[in-house]
Amino acid sequence: MTKSLSEMPSAGYGAALWRGLKSFALLRESWVGMVGTFLVLFWVMVAILAPLLAPFDPNSSIQPFAKPGMEAIKGGGTFWLGTDHIGRDILSRIIWGSRTVLIYAPLATLCAYTVGILMGLAAGYRGGWVDDILSRIADIILSFPVLVLYIIIIATIGASGFNIIIAITFASSPGIMRIVRGLVLDLRNRDYVAAAQTRGESDWRVMLVEILPNARGPLIVDACLRLGYVIITIGVLGFLGLGLPPPDPDWGGMVNETRQMAMAFPHMTLFPCIAISSLILGFNLLADGLREISLRD
Amino acid sequence: MVTLIVKRFGFMIFTMIIVSLILFMLLETELTGDPAARVLGQFSNEEQRELWREQHGYNQPMMLRYVKWLGNFATGNLGESIRFKGPVADVMLPRLWNTAILGFWTFAIMIPLSLVLGILSGMKEGSKLDRAISVFGILTTSVPEFASAVIFSALFVFGLKWLPGTSSMSGGFEFKQLILPAMVLIVYDFGYVARMTRASMAEVMTSQYIRTAVLKGLPYKSVIIKHALRNALIAPFTVIMLQINWLLSGVIVVEFFFAYKGFGALILEASLNNDIALLEACAMVAVCVAVTTQTIADIGYTFLNPRIRFS
Repeated sequence: MTKSLSEMPSAGYGAALWRGLKSFALLRESWVGMVGTFLVLFWVMVAILAPLLAPFDPNSSIQPFAKPGMEAIKGGGTFWLGTDHIGRDILSRIIWGSRTVLIYAPLATLCAYTVGILMGLAAGYRGGWVDDILSRIADIILSFPVLVLYIIIIATIGASGFNIIIAITFASSPGIMRIVRGLVLDLRNRDYVAAAQTRGESDWRVMLVEILPNARGPLIVDACLRLGYVIITIGVLGFLGLGLPPPDPDWGGMVNETRQMAMAFPHMTLFPCIAISSLILGFNLLADGLREISLRD
Repeated sequence: MVTLIVKRFGFMIFTMIIVSLILFMLLETELTGDPAARVLGQFSNEEQRELWREQHGYNQPMMLRYVKWLGNFATGNLGESIRFKGPVADVMLPRLWNTAILGFWTFAIMIPLSLVLGILSGMKEGSKLDRAISVFGILTTSVPEFASAVIFSALFVFGLKWLPGTSSMSGGFEFKQLILPAMVLIVYDFGYVARMTRASMAEVMTSQYIRTAVLKGLPYKSVIIKHALRNALIAPFTVIMLQINWLLSGVIVVEFFFAYKGFGALILEASLNNDIALLEACAMVAVCVAVTTQTIADIGYTFLNPRIRFS
């Protein structure tokens, strides 16, 4: 008896994992979701294999103002996408830049989700004054125009990778909190929650083990969409000169550095823009595919 | 209805006060670093900073300073801009007007476009047209404003040479210079409004009274125009009002890119130059506009929707 009880959780997780994989396989039925998955996986592979794929060092100045497809004068090699105004190979910078964005964006989204979920669970499950206070705070933060909020935060605490994560967490956790709160309000009257309460489980255990896993569907779709928004945010901050400090490549920053020359050398700005747009498109299509499948069930 | 309006306005004022407190804490106190060092630059010495603090009353207690600051704000004394060497109000008002022009044209084109596309795709959910519009909407919302600005410039300025690449309006107002900035904002935003309209329209189309209207043999056109649209357009009204909040973010990027002398570019300039008085005033105006539109959206939604109005 005790043995089977101790085995149950692991069997439960195994089954949950299997179900998760199966619903992922369902994506095959949505071509929109397939295209999204392909785009996201493509950039993930590029980010992982960056040292192997990049033909040049992304930060070293080789030959300024080379047009796309031009051969390097010294040392051989081709600048497939040209070089920028200080002679750095754009293809290599885009490839290494995918690492920057695919590290900071998921990390920032994860932080925002952790804070947002905890706030949403507390507000939805406890209700009362906890809910009132948390909802008011969320209303006030959400009443800021997003980019104005980012600019004020970054202007006061300075531009760095860590500060960008803080700013994104601060600005997007209230939105996540609202979604989680709505889901919890719906789920907290279910029988299995009442059963757990009767068993004498602690509040946090009920919230995290009973309620949260059952709210995962809409949250996964929202997380995909939000990842896209976070990538846009990181790109926009880089473009406005408030992003990661140079010289490490960051797609938004690449556009900012070369936009003065965009009229004469459009390749310098165009390729980073295509890169960031395709990655965001990947996450948005993936979210759309996942939503389509979740509606079908 | 009256209690709702009073309640909403109360919350609006409450929000503005809290926002002012947050701004004051972030920009005027030592919580996020020495304000004297921020204004005078990192190469100023302690003596200069102390003098500056004394002159500008920074040695007084924090609460007293906040009350004074808020009082100045409420009476319209917004302070002096360091960067533009003049009263903040004089710098800000022409910029606000320019952004209002840009915002007006953006909305004048974006709203009809997204409503028509949303209604068309919501009328027949799952049709080929519906899928095409929704995928196109995802595609355009996936391109950040700065990227579509780059792409459009490459196409219309560099490639076809149809439009000017900057919108600084240095030789007086020229409508041609407004086209690219407005286009970027429209392309980024119409997908979202179209999607919301579609969802609302699709929901209405499955309702009982539409089925009744179709079954009793009314022409399809009059079912859509007389019965479906009236209810389907309530939700998009809220969405459109809330887009003004988003527009305030969008104009920062677009005005910076096209060198348009608007409010968004001003916020960015103020923050990059540590022009604290200007940044505070701009941020307060931005939040005020955002909160006001949210309030109007809430009240308008209640007013338009009789099911809520009479409950």
